[in-house]
Amino acid sequence: MMSYILRRIAYAFPILVGVNIITFVLFFVVNTPDDMARMQLGMKRVSEAAITKWKAERGYDKQILWNTDAESFEKLTDTLFFQNSVKLFLFDFGRSDSGRDIGYDISQRMWPSLAIAFPSLIIGLLTCITCGLILAFFRGSYVDFSGVIICVVMMSISGLFYIIGGQYLIGKLLHLVPISGYDTGLNAIKFTILPVLVGLIGGIGASTRWYRTIFLEEMGKDYVRTAKAKGLSESRVLYRHVLTNGLIPILTGVVVILPSLFMGSLIVESFFAVPGLGSYTIDAINAQDFAIVRSMVFLGSVLYIVGLILTDISYTLVDPRVRLN
Amino acid sequence: MHVYNVQLMTKHIKIINRYSANTHKTLQIILLLLLCSGCDAPWNNPYPNQDSAKNIYYDSFSERPKHLDPVSSYSANEYVFLGQIYEPPLQYHFLQRPYALIPLTATEVPQPQYFSKDGQPLDEDSDPIMIDRVKYTISIKDDILYQPHPAFAKNASGDYLYHDLNTEKLAHIHTLSDFDMVGTRKMSAKDYIYQIKRMGHPRIHSPISGLMEKYILGLDEFAETLATIDKQTPASNYIDLHRYDLPGVRLIDDTTFEITLKQKYPQFIYWLSMSFFAPMPWEADYFYAQEGMDEKNITLDWYPVGTGPFMLTENNPNLRMVLERNPNFHGEILPRTGELGDQASGLLDDAGKKMPFIEKAVYSLEKESIPAWNKFLQGYYDTSGIVSDSFDQAVQFNLQGDAELTKTMQDKGMRLLTAVTTSIYYMGFNMADDVVGGDSERARLLRRAVSIAVDYEEYISIFANGRGKPAQGPIPPGIFGHIAGKAGINPYVYKWHNGKPVRHSITYARELMAQAGYPDGRDADGKQLVLNLDSPAAGPGSKASFDWMRKQYAKLGINLLVRATDYNRFQEKMRKGTAQIFQWGWNADYPDPENFFFLLYGPNAKIDDNGENAANYKNAEFDVLFNQMKSMSNGPERQDIINKMLEIVHQDAPWLWGFHPVAFSLHHAWYKNAKPNLMANNTLKYKRIEPRLRSNSRTAWNRPVWWPLVFIMILTVSILLPAIIAYRRKGTESIL
Repeated sequence: MMSYILRRIAYAFPILVGVNIITFVLFFVVNTPDDMARMQLGMKRVSEAAITKWKAERGYDKQILWNTDAESFEKLTDTLFFQNSVKLFLFDFGRSDSGRDIGYDISQRMWPSLAIAFPSLIIGLLTCITCGLILAFFRGSYVDFSGVIICVVMMSISGLFYIIGGQYLIGKLLHLVPISGYDTGLNAIKFTILPVLVGLIGGIGASTRWYRTIFLEEMGKDYVRTAKAKGLSESRVLYRHVLTNGLIPILTGVVVILPSLFMGSLIVESFFAVPGLGSYTIDAINAQDFAIVRSMVFLGSVLYIVGLILTDISYTLVDPRVRLN
Repeated sequence: MHVYNVQLMTKHIKIINRYSANTHKTLQIILLLLLCSGCDAPWNNPYPNQDSAKNIYYDSFSERPKHLDPVSSYSANEYVFLGQIYEPPLQYHFLQRPYALIPLTATEVPQPQYFSKDGQPLDEDSDPIMIDRVKYTISIKDDILYQPHPAFAKNASGDYLYHDLNTEKLAHIHTLSDFDMVGTRKMSAKDYIYQIKRMGHPRIHSPISGLMEKYILGLDEFAETLATIDKQTPASNYIDLHRYDLPGVRLIDDTTFEITLKQKYPQFIYWLSMSFFAPMPWEADYFYAQEGMDEKNITLDWYPVGTGPFMLTENNPNLRMVLERNPNFHGEILPRTGELGDQASGLLDDAGKKMPFIEKAVYSLEKESIPAWNKFLQGYYDTSGIVSDSFDQAVQFNLQGDAELTKTMQDKGMRLLTAVTTSIYYMGFNMADDVVGGDSERARLLRRAVSIAVDYEEYISIFANGRGKPAQGPIPPGIFGHIAGKAGINPYVYKWHNGKPVRHSITYARELMAQAGYPDGRDADGKQLVLNLDSPAAGPGSKASFDWMRKQYAKLGINLLVRATDYNRFQEKMRKGTAQIFQWGWNADYPDPENFFFLLYGPNAKIDDNGENAANYKNAEFDVLFNQMKSMSNGPERQDIINKMLEIVHQDAPWLWGFHPVAFSLHHAWYKNAKPNLMANNTLKYKRIEPRLRSNSRTAWNRPVWWPLVFIMILTVSILLPAIIAYRRKGTESIL
């Protein structure tokens, strides 16, 4: 298994280089270093000299991918891409274009993201598995039929609607929790309730339908029929056998997103004014802060690759038939 | 049997006891919940409940400040904080209109002294060409202390405690509050000189350094010297500005300094009310420049050091910014005089009382307008603007066309304040363009015709909810040079009818088109005239306004093509002069006509020197008058020149003058001393809150409503119950 993991890590390097190149190209197609300088220096009374100086200080006066003015190997190394990418691979995110230490900011902002994402995942899993089991349990009945209809309706509604609707109903009309905001420590709890609830309701339709399908597929298998023939009760078959085996695809599906929980949600954090990494990324895009954008894209890619590796490992743990060779 | 019965009875008693104990506990919990639901503190309060009755001002901000260094900051969202912390020599009178400068840390408003080349004093009215030097002597009050700050902390022997820091010593320091000791010292005139020198500092990008280098004697050479020194100095090392001489500033004594300008620039006095000219103690600059501070994000750009009524005690722009009263504040009283009507509206109720009135101001980050608005309605923000989505909910227009609050808002005791901003949103023609630009009569007539056709009254009504005043020229109301009424109208676009300006008819505009050589919008070859509007606004939200704009041009038979692009590309087009027609705006830096006319001054053309003259308008006569006007004091002579300048630009029509936005703001009943002041940035000190009224209102407006949750639970159970019963019945059914 170790050699497999090492091989996967080695494969990750060219992927990350590719992601970095795409990030650089896409960003500089839309924004020029001059635009970035103007954004940072302000829109009024900015002189060309100030722009030139700002670019030179941050290395944005270098060519992006290939330095035609340099000699030999420096054609590659004396570029914006090389100078910044090497540091990224060492997880040195450097300073943002506004001068802040990105690593420090990430370490501060990942906790609010986790405070929303982790409970959303756990509560969402428990709720959706329960709902999926209930629908599978009552398959063919009016509960199943109406449940599926509700799931389809809920899937069809935009996530933005749940956010605004949740804020309006629970925060504004019922006055049960703050509409938006965040705080540190235990005070954060009251601010996380609504985003978690909105995340839960927004995802319940799709997840429940998926889990129901998984459970129904399991219930149609031979071992279930055998268990029933042996005289096991319906509930015992469901909880002891169907649920256990049905959890394999669910678990592997969850493991892949676990590392990405740090990255937060772009829209939820923005609407609920949660100071997480999702809103950090959105702010950076709006402010044309390339240093943050490339760091967050790189970090997101790394976490996604880690998630995929963990998924592979989790397969071997939950299903002994799988071997990583 | 007997034993059995006793045992059974004992067991039953235990069960009953346990049951009753559980029941009792459950009842206790339910009772607690009921009590909580009935208790005073609202459940949706985003702030700690113990703060409810405190004298704290609550507001929101949507964009994190980029800079809090007073020499770098040049943005309204940064001034919200900086204006309360730093104190330049002058400030605007809070109540008086038109806007007037009064001393803040200065003892009086300095008067310029003019000198010829040979050092002879000259009159203010002397020919500006004769004036070689202008001196401003500024005396400051001698009882002003800085806020508590570790940069000033000293030990018993008088040595600075935190002036020899390094990475090792900073190992356990993460924020400014981690320093145990703080100190203060008296502000000196040296600190103003130090700050002016910082404008030329190569490591600080002061947006006004280019402008000030034109005026402050020797600032350009000083900046060059510093740039050379900077190249020879490691980036982490502190550059001691005291060692380098700037001829344009001179220390007279501890409370007096002098600024020398190279030429007459009457508008300079306004800059003295901006935080660019706030005092900066060298200790703070040195403190933040030490090794390891930058890596810890402990910088002057993040932790300001001022003398103002408030100090920034929490800077977390991802969450909130907190200003608290500066314990060392020198004290100031609310003005005893204002304009007519201020007494009646209660703005002088606190006159003569010591400011600031509030202890703390909490600004919470709200990126989206809907949650911010809803929290304002719940009483969690003391004041709010009005976004278009919520406009109808808050404001209605009466029969006279005046804006007033809806009944719901009135019932909550809210107040509406409106003010015409010192801004302009205009549509410009690129005067370097072959079709719409140039000095030809054809182009002039075309521009005038378009000026008539684009009905800004309708635009304001549809797209700005009536929050705008159609502009007659570049100068907004409230700024010297603006003339209200019949005398102030643009005669090429409006006529005076029934006591108000009325746009010329579209028939007249078509006649102008015909005179320009475009009858029915067609050129000599019969081809329809096609014009291009370059706009950075894109997306579905802008479609309606673009459609409307096309219709306006279509009145003249012109086919308007909208070239929507992103803001970067738009700016590039403007710099290169490839845009044809564009929309832009300007917000006044200071209340002087120069700050608007310079947008049309030839040498400021964007195409030449990336100046602020986006239309690239060049008119020699206008430029001469501009140079005359900018050096004059307000008075009839200056007004005469302004009138001539207005006549020129009215005739040439380089802009469709657009409109001056009207700012609407809502305030709760507990928010006192609110008066729009569009020039002052330091207005927090005037504000007063009535916390008890706010607390009671919040409680009354935010009682938790539980019944829908109970209803949902009952509904869920009632849906599932029949299925469960049916399933159980099925499980117990026998086949036979």
